[in-house]
Amino acid sequence: MKISMTVNGEAVSGEVEGRTLLVDFLRNDLKMTGTHIGCDTSQCGACTVHVNGMSVKSCSILAAEADGADVATIEGQANQDGSLNVIQQAFQDHHGLQCGFCTPGMVMAATELLKHNKKPTVAEIRHHLDGNICRCTGYHNIVKSIMAASGQDVSSIAAE
Amino acid sequence: MIPAPFSYHRPSALTDAIAILSEHGDDARVMAGGHSLIPMMKLRMADIPHLIDLQDIPNLSDISVEGSRVKMGAMVTQAQVIADQGLAHAAPLLKEAALQIADPQVRYMGTVGGNVANGDPANDMPGLMQCLDASFTLVGPNGTRAVNARAFYEAAYMTAREDEEVLTEISFDAHAAGYAYEKQKRKIGDYATAASAVLLSKDGGRCSSASIAMTNLSDTPIFSEAASAALIGTQLDDAAIKQAVSAALGDIDPTEDNRGPVAFKMHVAGVILTRAIQRAWSRA
Repeated sequence: MKISMTVNGEAVSGEVEGRTLLVDFLRNDLKMTGTHIGCDTSQCGACTVHVNGMSVKSCSILAAEADGADVATIEGQANQDGSLNVIQQAFQDHHGLQCGFCTPGMVMAATELLKHNKKPTVAEIRHHLDGNICRCTGYHNIVKSIMAASGQDVSSIAAE
Repeated sequence: MIPAPFSYHRPSALTDAIAILSEHGDDARVMAGGHSLIPMMKLRMADIPHLIDLQDIPNLSDISVEGSRVKMGAMVTQAQVIADQGLAHAAPLLKEAALQIADPQVRYMGTVGGNVANGDPANDMPGLMQCLDASFTLVGPNGTRAVNARAFYEAAYMTAREDEEVLTEISFDAHAAGYAYEKQKRKIGDYATAASAVLLSKDGGRCSSASIAMTNLSDTPIFSEAASAALIGTQLDDAAIKQAVSAALGDIDPTEDNRGPVAFKMHVAGVILTRAIQRAWSRA
């Protein structure tokens, strides 16, 4: 079946099977491979993208379900001039990633959080990242990165 | 990870969805948020030749609170339950429970209707709806009928819904009451080792009404009439709580799994019930 959607502001379309998952459409058809697959039970959140402004797990949504939707992925997050956006830069500055596999999903989840909550507390950040698993960082520096991205002081977190 | 092939349908009218269900019987299934069904299809534990996406059917995401009557369309998401101020005011128990279901991404997609219609005893909303004495509206080729949540669950994945029916609405009367949804789980996103929904009303220092239901401690959610009765008229002293917990434990039948053996689950259920009753009473 033919589907069309907006991905990172650009109209795209493709021919998919009913069973094609959104994550596979993004990775295999659109060749946007920043969105990752870390599990087959909808837990890890490495496939997190935004669909109509909500952060969702693209492994648990059919591409056909997103027909007509507005989708955003990690590839669309950098600034117009190609430099990292505030959140991406904060992950780099505060060592919020190691292997980088969860990072696209983490950044998308963090982006959605900061859209609704400009100055989240550490507890709010951790709560909002409940759906994103990281094997490398122990989360500490991810929380720090998001605090920093929101313009908050992270010196006390660094001292922990 | 890869579901078996299927035909995808996205009707824009409920009658069309019911027509597809009627045509294909057990070979068709409606999909709401898809966050139980798609995972099952990816593991090939569910093979659904005709999948019917309900997202284009109007009004299924509506929430209405008129006086004490609360109505939720079946496609209301857990995120909506958490965000809706009117709902939080009328039935704070719902928000407390929804925040303990899954994780933010899943809550944006997963719906209340899917949660209650799924039939998995591990889902949290079914016990909650039994506690609230909710009614489920089912629409099929022969019209509309209502089934009480306390009569809806027959066994694991077996409910009173017929193959060609769609659960469209959940409604209940919200009464001012102390509330608690207490859930023991291994980690975020896990189904309960044991969970309990409690509503208690207080009149002159005594319990005037009580409703107690439990999650994932039998092959269906369990509403415990006996536990509720054990509290009514008492001042919720330790003896009354013990009696209610003992009555509730008599109504459940947990099975051993990765969350623990039966004896452990009985123990945890007792702890969770006690906490839920105490917290609901403190809010009554």
